[in-house]
Amino acid sequence: MGPLAQPTPTAGSTAIDRTAAPDTDRAPSASLEMTGITVAFGGVIALSEVSLVVEPGQVHGLIGPNGAGKTTLFNVACGIVRPTAGEMTWRGQPLRRLKPHQLAGLGISRTLQGVGLFPGMTVLENVMIGAHRHARAGFGSALFALPRSDRDERELRARALAALSDLGAQQHAGRYPGGLPYPVQKRVALARALVSAPDLLLLDEPASGLAEDEMHELGELIRTLSGRMSVLLVEHHMDLVMRVCDRITVLDSGRQIAAGTPAEVQADPAVTEAYLGDEVTAEEDAAGTTRTDGGRHHG
Amino acid sequence: MSDLQSPTTGKNGAGTATAGKASEEAPTEATAGADEPTATRRRSLLPQSTLLRHLLVLLIAAVGAVVLLEITDPFTNSQLATLTYYAIAAGGLTVLTGMNGQISLGHGALMAVGAYTTALFLSADEPLPLPLILLAAIVVATAVGALVGVAAARLHGPYLAGATLALAVGLPGLAIYFHDVLGGEQGMRVRAPRAPEVFESFISAVSGNSATNTKWLAYLGAICLLITYFLLANLIRSRIGRTWRAVRDQEVAAELAGINLGAWRVLAFVVSAAAAGLAGGVLALVVRLAAPSGFTLVLSLALLTAIVIGGLGSLLGALLGSALLVFLPPFVTDLGAGWGLDNTEAAQLAPFVYGVVLIVAMIFAPAGVVGTLRMRWLTRQAKRSAAQPSRG
Repeated sequence: MGPLAQPTPTAGSTAIDRTAAPDTDRAPSASLEMTGITVAFGGVIALSEVSLVVEPGQVHGLIGPNGAGKTTLFNVACGIVRPTAGEMTWRGQPLRRLKPHQLAGLGISRTLQGVGLFPGMTVLENVMIGAHRHARAGFGSALFALPRSDRDERELRARALAALSDLGAQQHAGRYPGGLPYPVQKRVALARALVSAPDLLLLDEPASGLAEDEMHELGELIRTLSGRMSVLLVEHHMDLVMRVCDRITVLDSGRQIAAGTPAEVQADPAVTEAYLGDEVTAEEDAAGTTRTDGGRHHG
Repeated sequence: MSDLQSPTTGKNGAGTATAGKASEEAPTEATAGADEPTATRRRSLLPQSTLLRHLLVLLIAAVGAVVLLEITDPFTNSQLATLTYYAIAAGGLTVLTGMNGQISLGHGALMAVGAYTTALFLSADEPLPLPLILLAAIVVATAVGALVGVAAARLHGPYLAGATLALAVGLPGLAIYFHDVLGGEQGMRVRAPRAPEVFESFISAVSGNSATNTKWLAYLGAICLLITYFLLANLIRSRIGRTWRAVRDQEVAAELAGINLGAWRVLAFVVSAAAAGLAGGVLALVVRLAAPSGFTLVLSLALLTAIVIGGLGSLLGALLGSALLVFLPPFVTDLGAGWGLDNTEAAQLAPFVYGVVLIVAMIFAPAGVVGTLRMRWLTRQAKRSAAQPSRG
């Protein structure tokens, strides 16, 4: 516990103390705050008193060995898993009984581990779904094909195309995702998450299955995104995480073992210890299939 | 053979709206900057506005329907009337099953709701105007559909099939339980209103045929079918249809995009129940009877078969499948009789051939007729666009 609290007053032991009001934190306008999040599946404690703050415009990394609870924490942030204890606030408002479908309306987007594209829809349609929250036309105008519905569709299409060309995938707009190379699919999935112009982007292992140069590009992209939104990133590729993140939280076996800037985290002996011996598996995992906490992912 | 094909060529207009889905990709690609000469040409041919495009198709389909009904004999007219109510219900079911991925074995029961509502309203001494009665049939079926939909939204696959199966089996039983009002096993006779004079003068102006009541009912069914398919095509082409497909394809991703899965599932159920209600109303008018024996599980299964053979999620497919349902059995029976089989044997041939068609479709065209054709078309498009750069 000792070394963790030192680098930052924000995270670590102070935040675990739930009596500490969020206002005492460094940034009062903090985007997403998770305080003392505990998740128990039956008798298994998946997360224990984890706290983190994603501040506006920051890229916040979430790392840890396999089974550390990263995806579970992500799922808590999305309302897929309801925490046993702990609180979440978004823009200063408490998020209670959050349901996944409310996320987009709150300005939070998430990509899925793997790609999770809609196989029966074209790339463009896939991305248009991401812009769902910007749609204005209702059921009636759709039923009678009123001009309003057409206008709405044109707008969504333009938005989706813009998001696709931002990521250099516009030439695939008319294709079905199944026939596209995996990295392109990942891009499309990212475009779908970005098209809603979120304030917070949750990226679940965006680099898995990418080649070295693609990963580099992704890093650049994430850096440019941080100007427009906050990013919470779960990732195995340490070099990517260290390069793009402003702050990093390290989990191990459901506990938060370190938090701070990349340099601070790297220097932390607790982190080295957690990764020691586990390093090989983490590397292997990073190289290809990522089924880290996959079982829980669906929970 | 011509019997089998004529209804589709005559009325495929309404369905082309959905078949047009594939061609819709063309403008998309054009805007996306893919150099696709065919795409740009296509784009200039069709009106930009969905409404105009669908109205154009509706008009063509209406003309086709009139021509078809006027060149065929009275017996085929009555077969076509049967086709209309099958196709209306199948169109609704294809939205539910094909677009939204929910299976329903209970659509026959929802048709029963529409049929009995129509019968009840028509049995009044001073019945309401027919459009209002059919509207009432839609409203009541929609209400029942909403109730079922709320339950269905929580169920998946075999569980949903089971729940809707219970509806199909249980609901017609109500007619027997409330036999005083609903006529029990015998059902309720339906007095179809006479054709308005406008219709008679229309027919004499168009073809000079006699405007029989059978013809009037076939026209009535065709009008209902065209309106239904027009509205369903609008929905399918819109954001609503896209959202339904997203819910069908990837629940988690759809939810994260801000889609309330349950609400959209219920909406799909409600829309398809409305179509089933109208189909039931037309059925009551065409058959002139609303009886439990008309709404057995076989009806629900037949609808499901129709949309699967035709191609899930496509209105044209639903129409094709319904046509097969109506025209295949008599065609096969005639064929059997022609081969020298006696009547019973010839009649037994129909279900056999029907089963063979279903199996063949499952093996060689699991995406259904329309789905398979669309896939071919897309593949050809892709090949062509792949060949483009090498040429240029």
